[in-house]
Amino acid sequence: MHAPDGFLNAGTAVATGAVSVGTVGMALRQGRHRLSDRQIPLAGMTAAFVFAAQMFNFPVAAGTTGHLLGGALAAILLGPHIGAVVVTVVVVVQALIFADGGITALGYNVINMAIVPAYGGYGLFVLFRRVMPRSSGGVVGATGLAAWASVVLAAMAFSIEWLFGATAPVSFAQVFGAMVGVHLLIGIGEGVLSGLAVAAVLASRPDLVYGARDLDRSEIANRRPAGMRVFAIGAFASALFFAAIVSQFAVDNPDGLERVAEDTGFASSGAEHALGGSIFADYATAGIGNETASLAVAGVAGTLIVLAVGWGVFAAVRDRRSDAMRA
Amino acid sequence: MGIGHAHALYLHGHSRIHRLAPPTKVVAAFIFVVAVAVTPREAIWGFGVDAGALLGIAAVGRIPPRFVAARLPVILPFITFAFLIPFIASGEQVEILGVSVSQEGLWATWNIVAKATLGAMTSIILVATTEVPDILKGMSTLRVPAVFISIAAFMMRYLELVVDELNRMRMAMAARGYDPRWLWQVKPIATSSGALFVRSYERGERVHAAMLSRGFTGTMPTIDDAAPAPNDWAVALALPALGIAVAVAAMVGT
Amino acid sequence: MTARAVEVAGVRYAYPDGKQALNGIDLSVDAGERVAILGPNGAGKTTLALHLNGLYRVTEGSISIGGLTIDDATLREVRRRVGLVFQDANDQLFMPTIREDVAFGPANMGLTAREIEARVAQALASVDAADLIGRVPHHLSGGEKRKAALATVLAMQPDLLVLDEPTSGLDPATRRELIELLTTIDVTQLIVTHDLPLAYDLCPRSVIMDGGRIVAAGPTRELLADAALLARHRLEMPFPPPDATLPPSSGTSPTGEAGDRVDGER
Repeated sequence: MHAPDGFLNAGTAVATGAVSVGTVGMALRQGRHRLSDRQIPLAGMTAAFVFAAQMFNFPVAAGTTGHLLGGALAAILLGPHIGAVVVTVVVVVQALIFADGGITALGYNVINMAIVPAYGGYGLFVLFRRVMPRSSGGVVGATGLAAWASVVLAAMAFSIEWLFGATAPVSFAQVFGAMVGVHLLIGIGEGVLSGLAVAAVLASRPDLVYGARDLDRSEIANRRPAGMRVFAIGAFASALFFAAIVSQFAVDNPDGLERVAEDTGFASSGAEHALGGSIFADYATAGIGNETASLAVAGVAGTLIVLAVGWGVFAAVRDRRSDAMRA
Repeated sequence: MGIGHAHALYLHGHSRIHRLAPPTKVVAAFIFVVAVAVTPREAIWGFGVDAGALLGIAAVGRIPPRFVAARLPVILPFITFAFLIPFIASGEQVEILGVSVSQEGLWATWNIVAKATLGAMTSIILVATTEVPDILKGMSTLRVPAVFISIAAFMMRYLELVVDELNRMRMAMAARGYDPRWLWQVKPIATSSGALFVRSYERGERVHAAMLSRGFTGTMPTIDDAAPAPNDWAVALALPALGIAVAVAAMVGT
Repeated sequence: MTARAVEVAGVRYAYPDGKQALNGIDLSVDAGERVAILGPNGAGKTTLALHLNGLYRVTEGSISIGGLTIDDATLREVRRRVGLVFQDANDQLFMPTIREDVAFGPANMGLTAREIEARVAQALASVDAADLIGRVPHHLSGGEKRKAALATVLAMQPDLLVLDEPTSGLDPATRRELIELLTTIDVTQLIVTHDLPLAYDLCPRSVIMDGGRIVAAGPTRELLADAALLARHRLEMPFPPPDATLPPSSGTSPTGEAGDRVDGER
């Protein structure tokens, strides 16, 4: 997902750049609060770990391989702020030193590969933990689901950026459908790998797993896999939810989507005409008869992302308050 | 997704380019890439000029074109996507070799390929003529926070060590007959990744102890390098100046 | 009366998880001495070493360096006075170049650029590594890293050097060079080591630690001549016990135990 220079238009590059700079700046300050003078060596060392882990393939099926993204894993191990900083450092250095990803594309690359997976992944992790047992197994299960979902969220973010800044007449619907569809599958590898990695860390140094801070010794010792039933329900519900969004594109009868559009207030006889040519790149909505429908999907996906990321930030702030009280 | 051995990207030399103060090169590279990114895609001549300028700099820096070309494939994944665009894009169709493709799509492909290639070339030449620690320090001129740069510097210092450790773990597993093909066989890889995280974190703690032992209190001491000579700025900024001129001319022309 | 270089009195230390690591340590070292701290793995030798510059803080007892008791207020000065050389040189070489690594300590002391430059040159010269100044840590050999790590600490002009397993992992020739180097450095030295011949060569006085206590102390030759004592604490000399007429060993001798290092030299 390392987009090159010129992939999206200038306006999008600048806007996403501003969001990235602001968010990472905040993350750095928060990281300092948590780690104080240990921030530099610890973040640096774990950035090296993430970079190295991203380099190595893991098998998916019959010869095809995948790569770890690592944003959610970093957030669950180190906390969302430090996780976001660590993956951002990796992405920036990859662009500047290794020519992997455009320097002018850093705005959206950082959002997609660091900010959304770290904060969104952490937010989802917190939610999934609520329905999982309070044990190592529960943490592992929540990690797996959150990591998988974080990859899908990243694909959605990528697609929404395309909606605003496309440089080719490929519709949002096509990009969204392809990206999200593919990443629903790719994300499974991310989920499995992240869950098992966290399990390994819990086994030797549970104090290093930020997302398991609240567990006491006996709960950590309980390594029984999160009840398969709970896990399956969580996975199925998430898959259903994502699929419901994606499948709208396949539906010949647009009634369901139009209904969504009406309910979410995107549709109105005048709006369809006005929205069509304004802030969205002429391209991205082209090629699909129903601009309103794709905007509705974008709206839902965008809301999901903002909610997940926002929840991640909120949870991190709340963590800090409760840590301070306990100290 | 990236090469672990950064030192392989640097080509030792004493050319004028090598001797330019690193902050000037970092700023110049950044501005140049921005100029390329905003250049209208229809101005094919413009990209030609940009490419020529970069190759000229490579020549002054005694960087063989083959060296640059060998490192370009890193952009392939997205270029592959770019080449798909004409086939899936909408808009007016043209016939190429009997296949109907979108004309706008062809332009879009060109846009991505040209800018991605020029951006990558800029980075490759920068790294070929400037050592990584200097590039990182030069980022402070771009107002990147000092903490961020320090973290990046630590990452680069220990990256090869961590990659070596991971390689050793992989070899040890392979020596015991581990040859995974399917996702459900991935547990040992994941477990060793977890172990590597713990080792990395613990090393981070030891490094922190070493830093404290030498008087560290939380802020990296600034060992100020001399400000770059104005002459260096003039030389370095020639490239982005050209890039901006090209971009402006192209925008006015369209 | 001048203060002792090191005064460890009644020190006890327990890890956060409750495990007792030091069970009452008393140790005095005079300026200019070289003392070896011997003992099996897990004896608490490294833990004690890490107390000497305040990285660990005692649960009971006190430590003073040159008369200055270690507490929150004195940490900065203590860390200037005590140069700790870690087991893994990679942990101490964390800057992009050796020059910056050696400059790190003096820079934290607030010296001027000129003074820092001078300290760096001096420190590298004193370990015979002036040519390493522009090098990248990752590309150095094990011996070069060891010397560079020593230089990073010498640049602060410490009054006490504490070395943790300085010869472990070195080949015999490099080991010999390091031992000779340490004899030329005119600073009080405390050397934690498994390398008994090193102690024999370098340190007139030794203590043996086991189970968080000092179980034996005295002239190195006497301790190392007592095979039964050594065996009780899982130590062993690689050649027959020395007697008073033998000159210090010269030529090659085995290095420290293999396998107690996490990784190799790179």
